[in-house]
Amino acid sequence: MESIIFYAFGGLAVVTALLMVTRQNPIFSAVWLVVCFFAFAVLFLMLNAQFIAVLQILLYAGAIMVLFIFVIMLLNVREEELKPKVLQFSGILGGGAAIYLIILFALGVLKEKVASFPILPADFGYVAPVGKLLFTKYLIPFELTSVLLLVAIVGSVVMGKRKL
Amino acid sequence: MITLHHYLVLAVILFCIGVFGVIVRRNMLVIFMSIELMLSSVNLVFLSFSRFLGSTDGQIWVFMVLTVAAAEAAVGLGIIVALFRNKPTLYVDEVKELKG
Repeated sequence: MESIIFYAFGGLAVVTALLMVTRQNPIFSAVWLVVCFFAFAVLFLMLNAQFIAVLQILLYAGAIMVLFIFVIMLLNVREEELKPKVLQFSGILGGGAAIYLIILFALGVLKEKVASFPILPADFGYVAPVGKLLFTKYLIPFELTSVLLLVAIVGSVVMGKRKL
Repeated sequence: MITLHHYLVLAVILFCIGVFGVIVRRNMLVIFMSIELMLSSVNLVFLSFSRFLGSTDGQIWVFMVLTVAAAEAAVGLGIIVALFRNKPTLYVDEVKELKG
């Protein structure tokens, strides 16, 4: 059962990622990426990370992708702008580089002996243990993320101004 | 039986699809989406090691990566909109002058 879900949703993530990279219209890319993030969320659930899976759907598939689609529609790209404009042989070059990287990393991973997952405590990955760790051991990084978000807000407001 | 290695190899494949997108595509928005895909596959590695080691610390770092991705999306899309206002194109090759 576990392996059926893993292969189904892992395959879905790979196929939708490939579709995202190869579509010409960025709006189709964005929609395929949303499907890919849902598949990611299922994989996160299988790894006992329930809280992060919900955050993945809320933040990535919700907020970030809505922002992307919003910007794509705002930009009002003309039809001739969407023509594929790639460097010569870049497909072969990029595909070769990607396959080379996959083989390199996979060989590195598979060199170690196969490690199966241990049994976990029942509440692993729920909101309570994650939140407890977030507000005790990782309090300072957590507070610093709020500064990061503030900087991002100020930065996007400055970028959005018509005249700098 | 699904092991740690299955998840690691899946994350590698997804990361390399993101690399492929950044190398091949010239459309700014698609390059940006490929970067989001790469960030998400790194999250998958964090979570599978967190599951493997039985420690919740990895999930905290995924939380941090999510925050950085949100900030990056907001600022990056702001930059794209500002660029598009000055030069109405989406192709990275045509944006090569820093001045004017």
